[in-house]
Amino acid sequence: MATDLEVAALPQPRREQLTGSMEQGRTSRGRTTKLSGWGRTSPTVAEVLRPRSREEIAEAVAGAGPRGLVARGLGRSYGDPAQNGGGLVLELTGMNRILHVDLDRGLVVVEPGVSLQQLMRAMLPFGYFVPVTPGTRYVTVGGAIACDIHGKSHHADGSFAQHVESMDLLLADGTVRTLTPESEPELFWATAGGMGLTGIVLRATLRMMPVETSRIMVETKRVADLDQAMERMAETDADYRFSVASLDNLATGPALGRGWVESGNFATRDQLPAKFRAEPLAFSPKPLATVPDVFPNGLLNRRTIRLMNEANFRRAPKTSRPHLATIGGFFHPLDAIHDWNRVYGGAGFLQYQFVVPFDAAATLRRIVERVAVQGAPSFVTVLKRFGPASPGYLSFPTEGWTLTYDFPTGTPGLPGLLRWMDGQVLEAGGRLYLAKDSRMSATDLAAMYPRLEAFRKVRAEVDPHGVFVSDQSRRLSL
Amino acid sequence: MKDSLGSVQSLLVLGGSSDIALATARKLAQDKTKRIILAARPSERLDAGADLLRGLGADVRTVPFDARDFESHEKTLAPLFEEGDIDVVLLAFGVLGEQEKDERDPLSAAEVVQTNFVGAVTSSLVVAEGLKKQGHGSLVVLSSVAAERGRKDNFIYGSSKAGLDTFAQGLGDSLQGTGVHVMVVRPGFVESKMTAGRPKAPMSTTPEAVAEGIIEGLRKDAELVWVPAQLRYVFSGLRHLPRPAFRKVVEKQR
Repeated sequence: MATDLEVAALPQPRREQLTGSMEQGRTSRGRTTKLSGWGRTSPTVAEVLRPRSREEIAEAVAGAGPRGLVARGLGRSYGDPAQNGGGLVLELTGMNRILHVDLDRGLVVVEPGVSLQQLMRAMLPFGYFVPVTPGTRYVTVGGAIACDIHGKSHHADGSFAQHVESMDLLLADGTVRTLTPESEPELFWATAGGMGLTGIVLRATLRMMPVETSRIMVETKRVADLDQAMERMAETDADYRFSVASLDNLATGPALGRGWVESGNFATRDQLPAKFRAEPLAFSPKPLATVPDVFPNGLLNRRTIRLMNEANFRRAPKTSRPHLATIGGFFHPLDAIHDWNRVYGGAGFLQYQFVVPFDAAATLRRIVERVAVQGAPSFVTVLKRFGPASPGYLSFPTEGWTLTYDFPTGTPGLPGLLRWMDGQVLEAGGRLYLAKDSRMSATDLAAMYPRLEAFRKVRAEVDPHGVFVSDQSRRLSL
Repeated sequence: MKDSLGSVQSLLVLGGSSDIALATARKLAQDKTKRIILAARPSERLDAGADLLRGLGADVRTVPFDARDFESHEKTLAPLFEEGDIDVVLLAFGVLGEQEKDERDPLSAAEVVQTNFVGAVTSSLVVAEGLKKQGHGSLVVLSSVAAERGRKDNFIYGSSKAGLDTFAQGLGDSLQGTGVHVMVVRPGFVESKMTAGRPKAPMSTTPEAVAEGIIEGLRKDAELVWVPAQLRYVFSGLRHLPRPAFRKVVEKQR
């Protein structure tokens, strides 16, 4: 049975959820706007267009000036990939229709501005969840492909683009090509993880994940140190689709790397208590609060984060005990608080995410130790295991340990610390994540991504004049 | 573009052989600045400065630039923006003049004003346009504490810097919303080749300290930087002193 869902009946995401950091309102005509990423650093000014159709997108691409253009979704990349100083930015959140649904095969055809939140709302009632979700639902499908995002399930499910059956890509010369991994592997895998630099995804066909319920059966276990955290994850990964460790990044000495590991699977109908069984696929997340833009710089500092880490650590149960969690509570806890990035104050923050191979656990430990000893406070510190590498030329995931830190940019000694970390990661054969990056160097990037040259070759073929550019592509000479 | 930690990738210096300019370029090159253009009148000093920066791993180019050749500014500076984004333009040229001689020789006084003010206005306007087109960037303008109040021993230099200071503040305001940031730097007495042989003033500073102040200001997108920082408070008092009292303070200093 193939069903065309009534477009009008689909829930529309609330307007105010559609912002990254934009200082001015949006209209369908171009508007000079200051844009930055989710970290609110390095803003630049560009003309922002909000096209509503393929034709409007094609017109914008044909009319791009010498500074080119880049697509933008919900502005959740931390750094500068979705901004283009002095040029055009196409904000595609208006292209948010779900075009076609095949419930038998679990396929959806969507426009690039459809958010994962929107997809969950539309598809959970039919027993389908998004194939991969990151730590926020407020990302678009276009952005998810461009960054080839991953989630807590990478060891089991791989990255987002591995669940894309096909996509229509608008190229710089105005032609549209339908790509599948089989028909055009080079352009497909240059576009997946390609940071929007090969063209504009006009529609994508995604393979959704069948689920029996909208709840996750989670086991949370406190771990006393980094070794325990790593051990627990290595042991349990095979049994759990989702797994993640949160670390107290300021703990030192014997407590280095202490934290808690969460492992989970979607609950089956039988696992639900009676009160949930009537509506096993219920999903109605609502933001609990919005953060006003009044926070001073430096509120999140070594002392406050130490307190929060301590509280969180103590809250985690010592022995693992399965419990049911909601999708929002398990995957997207920060989405409950709107504009949480404002808590860092106007100076903003950055995320540093790296991956190193499993045999480089010593490097991981060295980094955790140095950050803890230097006392660089991180609001969220998350450790995960990646499965086999994604095929995208610039896709981030490769098999190994991936660790993420959130640092306020004003942290004393941060530039030097991060440069040292860059060196460690590089030496171990690891890499940094472009969707999070806001400061790495072009030479490090080239060394970390051995397939960069192959990517450049494809890009030079489809976009010889460099129409698709971003602040990030200029900064890193992509 | 400056990165999220305020590190600069590319730098254009107008007056690239000055001590403050080279100290700043050196510190930036030691950080992450890999593309540097030094615009100045050709000299051995300039070449030596360029070599030093190359030694730090920067890709350095020199461009002949004469502050008083106003008509050449557009032709010389505008094309530099075509070669790639410029994150920071440092306007560092300026002459101190010789107050007593300049008072007797009005044309020589005019040269001071033409360099420090008129040439700075024409070149600033050209680079501001280039920065605006890229939607980001900082213009750093070297003013002076001498711009704050006129005094008999340096009012020709001081008034030229006062003109520049006011111009740069207004330019910064007019560029709001374009992504371009203008930063005015007011150093105290700087011990450098420009002031060699002159009596030191209180709270004097060094080119290295001014460079530090500039880099710190760039990280914070500051609009006004004093070096040393305490001068800000000193001048918030001095600014309101009645003229006779101010004259006495100046006399005491000598």
